Amino acid sequence: MSYGLENAEHPETLRRVAIDPVSRVEGHGKVTILLDEDDKVRQVRLHVVEFRGFERFIQGRPYWEVPVMVQRLCGICPVSHHLAASKAMDAIVGTRRLTPTAEKVRRLMHYGQMLQSHALHFFHLCSPDLLFGFSSDVARRNIVGVAAAHPETARRGVLLRRFGQEVIRVTAGKRIHGTGSIPGGVNKSVTREERDVLLADIYDILAWSRDAVALVKQLHGQDPALYNSFGVFRSSMLSLVSPGGDMDFYDGRLRARDEAGAILFDQVDYRDYHAHIREEVKPWSYMKFPFLAALGTDKGWYKVGPLARVQNCDQIPTPLADAERREFVDYSGGAPIHAPLAYHWARMIEMLHAAETIKDLLHDDDILGDDLVSTGERAREGIGVIEAPRGTLIHHYRVDDNDLVTMCNLIVSTTHNNQAMNEAIRHVAKRYLSGHKLTEGLLNHIEVAIRAFDPCLSCATHALGQMALEVTLVGADGGELDRLARHGDGTTSRPAP
Amino acid sequence: MNASAPVARKLKVATTSLAGCFGCHMSILDIDERLFTLLEKVEFDRSPITDIKEVGDCDLGIIEGGLCNAENVEVLREFRRRCKVLVALGACAINGGLPAQRNTLSLPLLLQEVYRSEPGAEHGLIPNDPELPLPLNKVHPLHEVVHIDFFIPGCPPSADAIWAVLTGLLAGEERPLGHGLIRFD
Ligand code: SF4
Repeated sequence: MSYGLENAEHPETLRRVAIDPVSRVEGHGKVTILLDEDDKVRQVRLHVVEFRGFERFIQGRPYWEVPVMVQRLCGICPVSHHLAASKAMDAIVGTRRLTPTAEKVRRLMHYGQMLQSHALHFFHLCSPDLLFGFSSDVARRNIVGVAAAHPETARRGVLLRRFGQEVIRVTAGKRIHGTGSIPGGVNKSVTREERDVLLADIYDILAWSRDAVALVKQLHGQDPALYNSFGVFRSSMLSLVSPGGDMDFYDGRLRARDEAGAILFDQVDYRDYHAHIREEVKPWSYMKFPFLAALGTDKGWYKVGPLARVQNCDQIPTPLADAERREFVDYSGGAPIHAPLAYHWARMIEMLHAAETIKDLLHDDDILGDDLVSTGERAREGIGVIEAPRGTLIHHYRVDDNDLVTMCNLIVSTTHNNQAMNEAIRHVAKRYLSGHKLTEGLLNHIEVAIRAFDPCLSCATHALGQMALEVTLVGADGGELDRLARHGDGTTSRPAP
Repeated sequence: MNASAPVARKLKVATTSLAGCFGCHMSILDIDERLFTLLEKVEFDRSPITDIKEVGDCDLGIIEGGLCNAENVEVLREFRRRCKVLVALGACAINGGLPAQRNTLSLPLLLQEVYRSEPGAEHGLIPNDPELPLPLNKVHPLHEVVHIDFFIPGCPPSADAIWAVLTGLLAGEERPLGHGLIRFD
């Protein structure tokens, strides 16, 4: 199912409106909307405008550098990349099973990041839309406005994020871009003092996480018609689940459900991901479009992240979050929920689960242990998959006999949601924008839909509107640094300076 | 009590991320509750945490990330025009950082490899729509293109380092970062 607004006929005759940059998301993207003379929306696209080439320049680096390097893809969820790469490199160094200390310290790090990222996303980035309204005054539609109108909510958001960041610092050595996880295990465990400091706060964190779920439920309850329909796009869903079907963010096997909730595949070894997931490239975005191979490019789109995970698993292995999951599933009478705004509800259930899991791990003496690394027979290929805050994250490497990386393929979480986000904004454009005079508040509706997915557009650019056909980069001293031109066929070249 | 004391104007601060990973922005947020103290003195203009899309006249501009495409350059120049003081925050802004690892490689080959020859890629095409900004041949640091007033190293700089510089600038002082706050990791 799609809304048919991907490709307009005769785009050159249409008026272009851009939302640029999309704000209050992680990373930068832009949205272009093409309108006809009656203000009817004809085309809507979310573009990811940066190209980095990580997969290529990681080649030739020693494998043990990779977990530290690749996290620089993303400063919001560096731990996901750090750990997905570590899991792939575990395979390279032949680790069959991590030591209990290594596994639990990594889990603690990961659930800490889940908590901080979900808190950041909900409180710092999205709550202004939900608390003030999508078309509310742009000047206060931010965390500063929330701090003024709802000081306690803003304060808890900041403290929840701080706690998650502290869990990461204790396990990874640094809040952002730490070094704690290494091929085969970890390079530090937790000290008693560090644990006691975290334990002193965990019960507040748990209580505030419960309150956050209650707040989202209250928002849904105030306007169910809006929350249940805004930007809906039916699609399949994908996530890892444990061998027993439980929610698990750190490890598991792949499960996918179709748009009606029926299992498409289950307990698939993630090392076979390429048999199930293909990627399409479209000329207008640097972000690829993955789809489930069995369903093809027209029907194979799927969602990942909290909304997929909460509905894909059979249960959540901590009691408070599982009770919330049951209430969530019952809300629609068991039919799958595809509403983007329900992502926030699912995300807060996951934040509660992360807080409960952190509490349990802090009470487990294995995190204090000193048996940190295990290795085995060296291999040449490693695949690591993890559930990042935004969804399934796939890292795949080959390493040669000189320990250098020869191949790298990454499918980051946000990429899986590419089509779903594009369709969500097309639905919103059709429903709210088409035929109206566009105002700032109406355009923000588009961004509200994008934000629901918590995309990490993983990097930053800003567009100028119409692109120049030739650019010259002149240095501060007036000298020319670079020059390039784009031709009619879309190819680019560098004229000799 | 001095009833007629003028209410101090809040300083305007704009921030942006160019070719960076947002980690430097996250480190700004890592000042935690000190954010609320900061908000008594500053007002945010264009920034990833507000919905202001065009930078206005500001006292301070903070930039994360280097320059990897034509749009980065435009945004940087706009920030330079609008901000009295410009800070390069973090390794990417100062020397290109990790994205500059591609500087030894040919851009066309890089695109070719990422979009055409990876496992699982359908339709061997390279994105080239006019809406996509032109990538630069190399990733450049900010000071090659505009004058930068202050540099804060680190990947990312710690929240304490950022706090020290910000509170110094707000007080109208230049406070060099000493041992412990200057870090490059
Ligand atoms: S300096 Fe480091 S943390 Fe900052 S944007 Fe660059 S990679 Fe990210």
